[in-house]
Amino acid sequence: MNELNREWKGSGGSTPGTGADPQWEPEILAFCCEYCAHSAAALAGSKRIQYPTGVRIIPAPCTGKIEMEHILEAFERGVDGILVVGCLEGGCHFLEGNLRARKRTERVCEVLDEIGLGGGRLKMVNLSDSMASEFVREIHEMLKTARALGPNPLKSKQNESAGDI
Amino acid sequence: MIVASPKSITELKSIISGHKKVLFAGCGTCVTVCLAGGEREVSIAAYSVRMARRLERHPVEITQITIERQCENEFIKELAEPASKVEAIVSFGCGAGVQAIAERFPDKPVYAGLNTQFLGVLEEQAVWTEKCMGCGDCMLAHFGGICPVTRCAKRLLNGPCGGSLEERCEIDSDRPCAWQLIYTRLKNIGQLEKLEAIVPPKDWSTAWYNGARKVIRKEHKV
Repeated sequence: MNELNREWKGSGGSTPGTGADPQWEPEILAFCCEYCAHSAAALAGSKRIQYPTGVRIIPAPCTGKIEMEHILEAFERGVDGILVVGCLEGGCHFLEGNLRARKRTERVCEVLDEIGLGGGRLKMVNLSDSMASEFVREIHEMLKTARALGPNPLKSKQNESAGDI
Repeated sequence: MIVASPKSITELKSIISGHKKVLFAGCGTCVTVCLAGGEREVSIAAYSVRMARRLERHPVEITQITIERQCENEFIKELAEPASKVEAIVSFGCGAGVQAIAERFPDKPVYAGLNTQFLGVLEEQAVWTEKCMGCGDCMLAHFGGICPVTRCAKRLLNGPCGGSLEERCEIDSDRPCAWQLIYTRLKNIGQLEKLEAIVPPKDWSTAWYNGARKVIRKEHKV
């Protein structure tokens, strides 16, 4: 997971204040459980259901394996929104990984609100592997939310470091 | 083990507001087990504070390291090199760890990243309860292994107060009455007669009310 997360650099294409830019497309990460959401995403592809190209799917062995650090690191790198997609409650292959993931996701939402980035940028949903259209609908919902919130303000500051102060 | 809880990101941010290079030091012992100051928690705090400071256009460079134990000089040595490159250290150890690091680096500000709570045990996933207050004169042998000094809100040594309701403490209905626990325990182990003995007033001179304490074991001293 860490390696996958580290590969994500973000396009860095937008700057603050460009929320009104019609060309701006939010960059969304979708952490998808391999037992459900990842299959749902694959099914959406097979069914030719379209969704914007700014969405990056990251497969996970279980949403319970997604640590809070993974989500925070992605936001620090500038993604505009993150969707954590796990199995339906009661349907986790590892019994309760999705339930744990929900608690962690809620905690990260609190942190994002506390630091001023906005907890709305992160959402967890539960789907089964056959729910392709619901998966795409959730992606569109997240895109809509991210558009309303505007670009991640950390994106424009990616090159900032204490050394630049 | 020592149980601690994390400080809020807002408080951490405020504590290091005057610094641009900070070391977040975790501890791999008690506070790792109680999910407060281990490698993972330090990492979460570092990401959060770093993002918060960047959003305020006042970025901070945070280095992270988690050592085996912050309360022993032998392990604190590992902090020497990273500490030399920062303006301040935030220790995610217990209060003892924070002070041990502060003594080791006298010219460096050292701040606490956690609120140290008590000596306790894990009851269930993510729930810890206090069991011992370290009074320095353990009386557990009299009470079937259940400490009224710590677990009775009134610290009564000779029976319950009469305020308990359905085996729960009148101070907090979530808390079991320590004396009910003691009675049940002594009954189960066939030592109910111990309740007939009058326990004299406790000697509190061994507790921290007398100031910071010191333990010296001559047989091990070199």
